[in-house]
Amino acid sequence: MTSMEPNGYRALEADSHAVAVVVTPLQALWTWWIILRTSIEERLVYRGDFALGTLMRFLPLVTQVFLWGAIYDAVYASTGKLTVAGYTYEEMIAYYLLTQISRAFSSMPGLASSIALQIRNGEIKKFLVQPVDLVGFLLLSRVAHKLVYYVVAVGPFALVFFFCRGYFSGWPEPHILLAFVASLVMSFLIGFFLEATMGMLGFWFLEVSSLLFVYMLFTFFFSGHMFPIDMLPGFWGTLVRGIPLQYLAYFPAAVFLGKIQGDALAWGLAIQLAWVVFFIILSRVTFHLGVKRYSGYGG
Amino acid sequence: MRGLFHRTYKDVEAVRGIDLRVESGEFVAFLGPNGAGKTTTLKLLSGVINPTGGTARVMGHVPWRRENAYRRRFALVMGQKNQLWWDLPAQESFRLHQQIYCIPPGQFERRRDELVELLQVSQLLGQPVRELSLGERMKMELIAALLHSPEVLFLDEPTIGLDVVAQHNIQSFLRHYQQERKMTVLLTSHYMKDVAALCRRVVIIAHGQIMYDGSLSGIIDRFSGHKIITLVFPGDTLPHGLSRYGQVLEEQAPKVKLRVDRNGIADALAAILAQNTVEDVSVEDPPLEEVIAEMFSLASEQAEAEPVKSQA
Repeated sequence: MTSMEPNGYRALEADSHAVAVVVTPLQALWTWWIILRTSIEERLVYRGDFALGTLMRFLPLVTQVFLWGAIYDAVYASTGKLTVAGYTYEEMIAYYLLTQISRAFSSMPGLASSIALQIRNGEIKKFLVQPVDLVGFLLLSRVAHKLVYYVVAVGPFALVFFFCRGYFSGWPEPHILLAFVASLVMSFLIGFFLEATMGMLGFWFLEVSSLLFVYMLFTFFFSGHMFPIDMLPGFWGTLVRGIPLQYLAYFPAAVFLGKIQGDALAWGLAIQLAWVVFFIILSRVTFHLGVKRYSGYGG
Repeated sequence: MRGLFHRTYKDVEAVRGIDLRVESGEFVAFLGPNGAGKTTTLKLLSGVINPTGGTARVMGHVPWRRENAYRRRFALVMGQKNQLWWDLPAQESFRLHQQIYCIPPGQFERRRDELVELLQVSQLLGQPVRELSLGERMKMELIAALLHSPEVLFLDEPTIGLDVVAQHNIQSFLRHYQQERKMTVLLTSHYMKDVAALCRRVVIIAHGQIMYDGSLSGIIDRFSGHKIITLVFPGDTLPHGLSRYGQVLEEQAPKVKLRVDRNGIADALAAILAQNTVEDVSVEDPPLEEVIAEMFSLASEQAEAEPVKSQA
């Protein structure tokens, strides 16, 4: 039960510097690669689940085809118009197909809830104890998750799009295609950092499932998953265009269909990028504050 | 002196005022009832939680700053928590650790092979962790934690839930490895056997405070004022009046167990032997568990009587 001696303390400080490990960027990159590879291996355990999930994903589409068919018939019968909110019937179905692609990038099944669970049961401790960054680690696991998913899902996706090729009026121009891919990648990043942030609210609330339910509800209506959000008039339209959820489903699909062109496209991508940066920072701050508050639950 | 040096003052409920210093190469056990603050202390020292007050240094680092330079030098193993990837073979987790801790390939393989051999798990490396038994998993956890050759190892209940054989295996491995590597180990455990097998120094915590800091055998000297005398008498009848020498704990002819004041042992024995024919006699210290349990209940009585004032 000795108390602290200034001299001994300084000697120990010096000691700690002597063994400092220097990590080169290449080594760090390699570390992240191994994390990615390990995550991919782990995900492959669940490939059967993925294949089934992908097929199920397109089932609601059948209902949409019939539902919108009936709506367009009714609109044509009463007003003689072939479009609803600027969308032809074919465009509408193409839109739905494309939002499936957006969602394949931006949806993060189980991300927030698993973070909250790890906080609650104490498993998160390993990231605090080991010299590894939690958010980076989760991002790579998610990239691995997505890569495995795409490998499994590309078959079903190609099949559905092949059968539905009649709803599309050919391939868009190369620069539109490029913008589409860029917006998909950014929709992945927004989805990831947004949900990771929400999961890390578990540092405060422990249970985030009701919050996630509200988020899911909002996403369902305001991301464009349910209908093209440019259909919304007045106040709701302004609101939905102001919040980032549209980038999770509507924006990439609208870009592909050529609904957003020229300056509007450039601005749209710039604003999407701004949201990416915003959510990266938000997740960092949340992690930093959350860990400070953390009391290592669960023994 | 290359020492592990830490000292904490806590102003929180979990840990109130723990002030101790552990030298490099020591194997120290934290004992205490559930909720005493043992695990909290380990969490503080490994940087998992931030204290509301006080200071601690481990090898010169403040744990809760979570510098990578510190995190490469220690390991935390929790008996009830998994660090390994559940669905992957343990060897994949090991490889990941190699990367996370930047262990050079040659060193990594040497250490892994050595640990795997010591713990005899070479056939299990390729099996998904979820298929391993609790004891096997614990061995894998230990390997994962030791791959980067930590100078300080925090063990939180490493043998919890294991059967006697597995407990013994883990104990002998820890003893061997610690002696060879001169690691500094802080262990919490409920099993007195772990402690007796491994640690020369025992720190007893109750209500977030240190009750005792010293050797295991010293606990009895310090906290137990009694010894147990066991007498075996010839025939089926027991002599009367034994209770005047001490408290009768057990009375089942031909055997009697007496709890006698340490100071009165010699007199009591002399008197009993002079007045009775005795077939067998033994004098023992009370079981360690009992002494410690007694100490804990004493501590909680004290804690209730006078709430501890915070020390800042």
